[in-house]
Amino acid sequence: MPAPVPLPAPLGAPLATPKPGEGVSAPADAVPPKIRVHSLDFFYGAKQALHSVTLDIPAKRATAFIGPSGCGKSTLLRCFNRMNDLVDGVRHTGRILVGGQDIHVPNLDVIELRKRVGMVFQKSNPFPKSIYENVAYGLRIAGVTHKAALDNVVEKSLHRAALWDEAKDRLHESALGLSGGQQQRLCIARAIAVEPDVILMDEPCSALDPIATAKVEDLIHELKKEFTIVIVTHNMQQAARCSDRTAFFYLGKLVEYAETRTIFMNPANPQTEAYVSGRFG
Amino acid sequence: MPTPASTLTQPARATTRIVQLFRRGDHLLWISGGALALAVLLVAGLLLVVVRNALPAFWPFPVTAVDRADGAKLLGVVTATQSAYKGTPAQTQLRVGNRELTNADFIWVPTAQLTNFRTPADAVQIERQENGDFFGFLQRVEVKGLSVADGSAAWEKLLALQPGARALATQAKAIQLDGIGAINAKMQTAKLRLVSAQLRAGKNGAVDPALQATVDADLARLQAEYEKLRAESGALAAQAAETQAVFTTIGGEVKKIPLTAVVRAFRPNAMTTREKLAHYFSRAAEFVYGQPRESNTEGGVFPAIFGTVVMTILMSLVVTPFGVVAAFYLREYARQGLFVRLVRIAINNLAGVPSIVFGVFGLGFFVYFVGGGIDQIFFPEKTSLHLPTFGTGGILWASLTLALLTVPVVIVATEESIAAVPRGAREGSLALGASKFQTILNIVLPASVPGILTGVILAMARGAGEVAPLMITGVVKLAPDLPLDGSFPFVHLDRKFMHLGFHIFDMGFQPPNSEAAKPMVFTTTLLLITLVVLLNLFAIRLRDRLRRKYQASAF
Repeated sequence: MPAPVPLPAPLGAPLATPKPGEGVSAPADAVPPKIRVHSLDFFYGAKQALHSVTLDIPAKRATAFIGPSGCGKSTLLRCFNRMNDLVDGVRHTGRILVGGQDIHVPNLDVIELRKRVGMVFQKSNPFPKSIYENVAYGLRIAGVTHKAALDNVVEKSLHRAALWDEAKDRLHESALGLSGGQQQRLCIARAIAVEPDVILMDEPCSALDPIATAKVEDLIHELKKEFTIVIVTHNMQQAARCSDRTAFFYLGKLVEYAETRTIFMNPANPQTEAYVSGRFG
Repeated sequence: MPTPASTLTQPARATTRIVQLFRRGDHLLWISGGALALAVLLVAGLLLVVVRNALPAFWPFPVTAVDRADGAKLLGVVTATQSAYKGTPAQTQLRVGNRELTNADFIWVPTAQLTNFRTPADAVQIERQENGDFFGFLQRVEVKGLSVADGSAAWEKLLALQPGARALATQAKAIQLDGIGAINAKMQTAKLRLVSAQLRAGKNGAVDPALQATVDADLARLQAEYEKLRAESGALAAQAAETQAVFTTIGGEVKKIPLTAVVRAFRPNAMTTREKLAHYFSRAAEFVYGQPRESNTEGGVFPAIFGTVVMTILMSLVVTPFGVVAAFYLREYARQGLFVRLVRIAINNLAGVPSIVFGVFGLGFFVYFVGGGIDQIFFPEKTSLHLPTFGTGGILWASLTLALLTVPVVIVATEESIAAVPRGAREGSLALGASKFQTILNIVLPASVPGILTGVILAMARGAGEVAPLMITGVVKLAPDLPLDGSFPFVHLDRKFMHLGFHIFDMGFQPPNSEAAKPMVFTTTLLLITLVVLLNLFAIRLRDRLRRKYQASAF
């Protein structure tokens, strides 16, 4: 994969500042935003899942989405690589810019978008292939056949996902023989093998034991040096440990979005405080 | 389940026990268990009847001589007995053979009329090329009308000379089949060249005289070759027929049988168990590997086995890709709505259409329309002589008809297995930037292969046992030419073929000699069941291997 190209300038007019009540934007940051969401409404059929969400996600930082079940955080995450397209009867209004590019323009190449915005799922989902083939999958479908190039990327990706030492002797064995935590790190290796700009993680540790969780969290700390990470989690300690910024969602609305420290120590909104202190949710 | 109710002060009455039984739901357990037991019992009973009748079919049972009340002596094998019923006395069935002498292979005699049962050691049973079995006593062996051995030496001589005579006969037959067959094919080709030239020249045009001359010369040369071969074959057959065995029946009639006509000669009463076993397996092997004789009531069913297997495999080769592709479109690409629902209902109903209807469709569409069209375009000269090539029933059309018949099974099974592929696997692939087609090809298809194979197994089992549609699309009673052989182009999909299912029907319901055909019906049934089980076992093994390879995340 070539090195990430510099981001093009945002399309169209600069985004207007959100009106009061439309959602809460984060305070200005030194880091340029990687993903910009502007007054996004999202519907599953007649049911509205997101209400006028506006937020900017900084590049090369970890951003956590927290909130009770059904609050729309996973829906928003899946909007970023348009995975929601797979669901029948969805529609939206508003805009999402990834790297300055509106991802809903009619002629957008969704495949190209998904190569730039990788995803790790709640349930680890390695393909029923060898460890090697799992990591090489993204490159193979992109048409890379050169053996040495594939070997190189597989080794590098497994290193970056902190799985190389455990997997190097069994690269050609089935990925299904790995433990749950190893499988999830394999999925991370698979996602970073295609050199995305952004990695979306949808509750990546919810099915893992504490040790495996700790490994994945360490990994997030490493990965955010190179990638923009958005992580959805139910675990507030996890959000506190590994994210730089945290957004709290409730009933499809973005209630508060700020530095993680602020959200947990000094939240502006009483609902946020009630949630992070464990009084509801 | 312990019932604390019974320890209560009230005595357990029958009604409360029934109420308890219903409350616990035990009656449902009994009903479902009973249903399963009944189903198992029925299948086991069917198999038992088939096996019971099929297995003894090749065993050499003792040849019994017996006196009848009217003074006649009978020699044969006791095949059945019947106890007295509603005024009909108890009867015994004897297979007395010698059809050309007595006009009846099997006879029923009131058991009371039979006396003096004995099993003479020198009674000979002959399995003949035609006219069924012969029962009698060997007198002598003659070559060119002169006795070469008689008395006790005659039996040894018969056994010694029989293989040579059979070999000569086989050689003569081979000349007829291969040599003369090839000449006939060449003559046909030469004539067709002429017809083809005539067609090109138009109705009134004259054929190039040079061509006419060549073809005539070819025909004359081929005719000469044919005469030569015929003489050769005739001479061989005559030479083989010079060796004859002379028998007397138990009634005293003298019967000469050329050794070429003797398939097997044996003296069941004098055989040891070891010899009987050897005889049994020799006949069983002939059954599986041999050609049919005596309008299929004797000999083997190899062409039928071969036809069944080739047809089933052809059918699977067609139905699998066809059904799988259709199912993938329905499940992955088609917009789910009223139309797709209607298509699904139609597919499911297709599985309930009587198979003969598919046969009629196959005859009308494949044989007459497609086959007739192919003949018009590619074989105009044969068609002008009213010689169909593909425009008549054949193994290709029969296989395609059965593929249509079984496609709903494959579609339904494939759709279900696609639906069972975990969503995570699909999303994982799509999230890496795979297109929908790449995801289907690399992830969904491999994961659904075991389910697809289940569908194919069911389709094969149904297809291999189907008879009705085949009867009008290409199955025949006797087709000695196999659909695959050594003559160019090796695969003859236009040929008619034999099929075990049809063989059973033909032997069971329209045989020339129903008693003689009975063991054949059961052995063929057993063979067909075995064949279907073997094909299924193969597919199941394949499926299990693939399932281990592609099983979805166990997490």
